[in-house]
Amino acid sequence: MTRLAVPKTYKLYIGGAFPRSESGRTYEIVSAKGAFLANASKASRKDARDAVVAARGAFGGWSGATAYNRGQVLYRVAEILEGRRAQFVAEIVDAEGVSTAVATAQVDAAIDRWVWYAGWADKYAQVAGNANPVAGPYFNISVPEPTGVVAIIAPQDSSLLGLVSAVAPALVAGNTVVVVASERLPLSAISLSEVLATSDVPKGVVNVLTGSPAEIAPWLASHQDVNALDLVGAGALDWVDLQIAAADTLKRVLTPENGSDAAAPTLGRITAFVETKTVWHTKGLI
Amino acid sequence: MSFLEYAPAPESQAILNLRSEYGLFIDGEFREGHGTPFASISPATEKHLTTISTADGADVDAAVAAARRAYDRTWSRMSGADRGKYLFRIARLVQERSRELAVAESLDNGKPIKESRDVDVPLVAAWFFYYAGWADKLDHAGLGANPASLGVAAQVIPWNFPLLMLAWKIAPALAAGNTVVLKPAETTSLTALLFAEIVQQADLPPGVVNIITGAGATGVALVGHDDVDAVAFTGSTPVGRAIAKSVAGTHKKVTLELGGKAANIVFDDAPIDQAIEGIVNGIFFNQGHVCCAGSRLLVQESIHDEVVDRLKSRLSTLRLGDPLDKNTDIGAINSSAQLDRIRALSDIGEAEGAERWTAECTIPENGFWFAPTIFTNVSTSHRIAQEEVFGPVLSVLTFRTPAEAIAKANNTPFGLSAGIWSDKGSRILAVADKLRAGVIWANTFNRFDPASPFGGYKESGYGREGGRHGIASYLKTAAPAAALEPTRKSVTKGAAK
Amino acid sequence: MTGTQIVPGERAIALLGGEANDANLRRYLHGIPGVDAVGLEQRAAGLGTRSIKTTSKAWALDRIIGLIDLTTLEGADTPGKVRSLVAKAVTPDPADPGCPRVAAVCVYGDMVGHAVQALGSAHGDPDQGRIAVAAVATAFPSGRASRSIKLEDTADAVAAGADEIDMVIDRGAFLAGRYGQVYDEIIAVKEACRRADGTYAHLKIILETGELNTYDNVRRASWLGILAGGDFIKTSTGKVAPAATLPVTLLMLEVVRDWYRLSGDKVGVKPAGGIRTSKDAIKYLVTVAETVGEEWLTPHLFRFGASSLLNDVLMQRQKMTTGHYSGPDYVTID
Repeated sequence: MTRLAVPKTYKLYIGGAFPRSESGRTYEIVSAKGAFLANASKASRKDARDAVVAARGAFGGWSGATAYNRGQVLYRVAEILEGRRAQFVAEIVDAEGVSTAVATAQVDAAIDRWVWYAGWADKYAQVAGNANPVAGPYFNISVPEPTGVVAIIAPQDSSLLGLVSAVAPALVAGNTVVVVASERLPLSAISLSEVLATSDVPKGVVNVLTGSPAEIAPWLASHQDVNALDLVGAGALDWVDLQIAAADTLKRVLTPENGSDAAAPTLGRITAFVETKTVWHTKGLI
Repeated sequence: MSFLEYAPAPESQAILNLRSEYGLFIDGEFREGHGTPFASISPATEKHLTTISTADGADVDAAVAAARRAYDRTWSRMSGADRGKYLFRIARLVQERSRELAVAESLDNGKPIKESRDVDVPLVAAWFFYYAGWADKLDHAGLGANPASLGVAAQVIPWNFPLLMLAWKIAPALAAGNTVVLKPAETTSLTALLFAEIVQQADLPPGVVNIITGAGATGVALVGHDDVDAVAFTGSTPVGRAIAKSVAGTHKKVTLELGGKAANIVFDDAPIDQAIEGIVNGIFFNQGHVCCAGSRLLVQESIHDEVVDRLKSRLSTLRLGDPLDKNTDIGAINSSAQLDRIRALSDIGEAEGAERWTAECTIPENGFWFAPTIFTNVSTSHRIAQEEVFGPVLSVLTFRTPAEAIAKANNTPFGLSAGIWSDKGSRILAVADKLRAGVIWANTFNRFDPASPFGGYKESGYGREGGRHGIASYLKTAAPAAALEPTRKSVTKGAAK
Repeated sequence: MTGTQIVPGERAIALLGGEANDANLRRYLHGIPGVDAVGLEQRAAGLGTRSIKTTSKAWALDRIIGLIDLTTLEGADTPGKVRSLVAKAVTPDPADPGCPRVAAVCVYGDMVGHAVQALGSAHGDPDQGRIAVAAVATAFPSGRASRSIKLEDTADAVAAGADEIDMVIDRGAFLAGRYGQVYDEIIAVKEACRRADGTYAHLKIILETGELNTYDNVRRASWLGILAGGDFIKTSTGKVAPAATLPVTLLMLEVVRDWYRLSGDKVGVKPAGGIRTSKDAIKYLVTVAETVGEEWLTPHLFRFGASSLLNDVLMQRQKMTTGHYSGPDYVTID
């Protein structure tokens, strides 16, 4: 006699908690073959608002942590991901309808990418910043600092790798994130939230919304307390309108990317959401 | 006679030979614009200086087309070393004609000659020198090997540092291999047109630098032109916002240097006399027409009265008047429109209950003038503590603890600059860490250098000008570094299948 | 300017609220806000760019002469050299009877008598158009002698008719933090400046800023000198480089200004050594005028300690009168 499985309830991840959408809405997630997989929460604009509040609240602590600490915390995420490989592989096989080998490759790539970015935490500032030899008696140095709250529309055709590719680089520098997961493939995003919740990532540093990017993205693009907008997965939306809305508060914007390896790993993805701060101080011996 | 009044010491205007009218500088030569010409006046006297062409849509097309031709045929094919040599030439020509440029700038802009002579023009030359050297070293700009130029850059600059802003825009753009079409502000086109003559003297290939003049409509046409690849703008946040919207969905790479409302934080252990100088320099330099001006003074409560007292005595020694007089500290407000804005915001400050103090000085009969003004008893909610006045008006607020100073300093949609005054090094570094601003001056203020990146957080814009970061603004960002990712090896024994 | 009514030590006791010992002085002097060297030097450089023309320049040149302590401080000084110096002080430019006299002649203590004699009826208060006699004392320039020798040196000069005493502080004691010792010595020297009639010779306190090295030290030493009752604070002996600089003088003027704001009491400043040209001297006038105010530009509140400066000013004066440049053969050597 086969054992009756216990299905998981997939909820949102906001401020370290797993609430249902305040709207009470859910939508059906089906497998590649059309079978019912789960009812995911369908986040509303108010959930997006709450997520931004949580992200803003977490910003001081996360950006103020030492780079070494951020690197360790992010590496810890990779460790826990590694321990849950089977779960992610199974979810991807179901959701994307790919072979176990293909799903495994995606999970492995996601974990490795996470490790790659974790290692940048205490190095990127050395590459992106520098001392400036000004013509005067001044100590002058430029250092990159996180931009703030980054809203991300995750790649829509990838369960895990696309999500990781967009979220990890934003976290490296100390930004906090509100990410709208793939509408069709959101289950890995919620499983990743469980990884984050059980790792050392402070609550609010990453907030995950599932639902309709077309519905939520405009609220994030126009939100005055969002500092940057990563439209990497917004290619199918009216993303120019989102960019226009983002211009109202002069948000830093990354435009959509297409292709199988959207948001490929580069230092540029880290420095896209940093601000160069230049500090001058007088130098006087006497 | 009082010695302190000093006899007039005007800089001679004989060095400057202005033409009665100036055309647009397109494809290496001056030509008449198709729009309605406008008069350029001196804000200190309201006297007519010269007549300047307006570029209409067809002129913008011609300028962009010239820049495109120059980009395709010459500039993008030229070696970095040769581009650098042209920029070195320009730097030298600026030095050779520095006095003339300074006189023109003060005449046209209203800023004191001692500033145009000792700050603006020397920095212009320094900017070209600095970026000249980058032209053949782009591999080391931090973007990987062989970074590509963008193409044609559309550049729109403000009236507060006319020639200096031109240098900030043109020098890195050309060094990176782009060609440019630049539009100076309508009230301060003169030095850009003199710069066009320098471009001719340097024998720069035609079309590499094009200068078109006109009002806002010309700028809109330029920025919106389909064939430009980069947009660089320095000016107000509302215009910057409009530009950010207009380029949405295009491939244009944008840098924006916009407004500010900088906090200048004075702790009770500050080197007090230098802090006073820094406050004065922070807000009264260039009549306060400075986006990074220290317009919000945050003073620790325990020294508030002393600082305000000392500040008032110091302000009483400032000399307002003829910008061409070598002893003038405060020149003319650049335009009557700007004067109206300063007056309106100051009146609001008074109406909101802040206490207004104005230095006693004789205001000349003609021209646009505003005496150095301090508001005390200012609250963070007052409009003069929130909005950019862009004039010689200082708002004084107080704080009790470092945390409160940081919170108040950051409590603004802007994030361009800030100042910190304290004798305690560890506190300076900690406060600097927490201020959300792109440039932080500790125990100094309003310092600029071509090697030092400048630019803001939040609504003060994005991108950096100056330094290595400034050259990156005019280059394509790196291609994906997929090769950097390691190939998968088993992480732990159990994990690998 | 025959004397001063300041009782030694009075200022310090009022301000410190207690005895002027090492600990109390240290607490006070180290509580004064610091000096940022870069900002100070930039402010001084800014003041140096003032452009002084025509009537202002003519006024400035005459005023500079009237503020000079015409100085000879050589081991080779003789009565003849001092008489020659005095003649120059009385009649700087024989070709121009309208040329003002200098404020004082400044000599070693043993030359005071010769100076007084040579001045004759011209000897007196520079504020009244006469010429004072200033003597360096207290084992000038090093100050390395026992206190009794320093006091005797001072008393001797006063007895010989010196109107002003330029003393040196004990830089060694200052740098070692023995502020009380420096303070006590100034008080003692001030006492030694007392004449039989109960008035005091004017006391200028030489900080020897070139040996104090830091601006913070200069500021503290300036306060110390004022608290101990100095009538003037003076930069240098002229025997140590750097001597007077514009930033150091600006800093001392700022202390004097702060003391005035605090007490309503005006103290003088004397940059000495290294000021050789009219152009430089005018920068000092500008700095005085814009820091403490024009009212400080009088002999009892500001002096230049200089020797070769006078001839450069005279040449500039001649240029303003004649319209063409003068040369060193057209001004006299002493």
